Amino acid sequence: MALFFAMLLVSISASAQDTPAVEMATGLYQSGKIYVVVTVISVIFIGIVTYLVMLDRKISKLEKEIKK
Amino acid sequence: MKKNWWKVVAVVFVLYTIIAGFLFNVPAQPILHETIRNLYFHVPMWFSMMTILFVSLWHSIKYLSKSNIESDIVASQAAHTGMLVGALGLITGSIWAKYTWGAWWVADTKLNGAAITMLIYLAYFVLRGSIDEEQKRARIAAVYNIFAYVMLVVFLMILPRMNDSLHPGNGGNPGFNKYDLDSTMRMVFYPAVIGWILLTVWIFTLRVRLEKVKRKLLYND
Repeated sequence: MALFFAMLLVSISASAQDTPAVEMATGLYQSGKIYVVVTVISVIFIGIVTYLVMLDRKISKLEKEIKK
Repeated sequence: MKKNWWKVVAVVFVLYTIIAGFLFNVPAQPILHETIRNLYFHVPMWFSMMTILFVSLWHSIKYLSKSNIESDIVASQAAHTGMLVGALGLITGSIWAKYTWGAWWVADTKLNGAAITMLIYLAYFVLRGSIDEEQKRARIAAVYNIFAYVMLVVFLMILPRMNDSLHPGNGGNPGFNKYDLDSTMRMVFYPAVIGWILLTVWIFTLRVRLEKVKRKLLYND
């Protein structure tokens, strides 16, 4: 009987150590729609970078004109 | 183009982190779930802020030794850029906190420390705005800026190590230990830090150049 309880205890503590599955956005990855999110954010970032490049050029032009 | 290679590096690194940051595997952690990916975007803001504010400090010290007004312009523009990334860090952190810790703001050492640091730097701009004479303004602002950076080190690096925090590695090293970041995450996180720092430096150099052009036009010096 004591052995039975000891085994029960061990099995309970073992199952308690199994961490419950953490919910992740598995569906978004399986359907492939995560690529839409990545594309949108990439477009926004490239847009901002293009803006920075244009600003950079404008300032370079001003610097050249002032030097003249 | 030869001079601008680092801007290309900045763009490529950040673009890589946007793609890899969403597509690479991350460890499934309770509470965090997919928000663990915020690490790639929120934390580099603070790295960028500390770097650019160090640039500001450096030029303030330079001003005090050489009294060249150009150093003062660079220092103030670096501090401005630091406030931009700092504000983004605070806002993104607040959003992240709402969905993991349950509130927009919690009395955490790092949160309050970051907020106080921002206020100290805002006072730097108030101080600058209140002095008309240029050399005097530059000198007082430079001295204050050294004090401000010391406070930043206290609030963001020393106090979090002495108190408990909800951030990873709480009550000890405020950085990550080997259990917080796995090797896939490191592959995204480190390029993210480098990319965002370089991008911040780029914005900062634009500000400095614009300010110099403005001064040339206004005062012809």
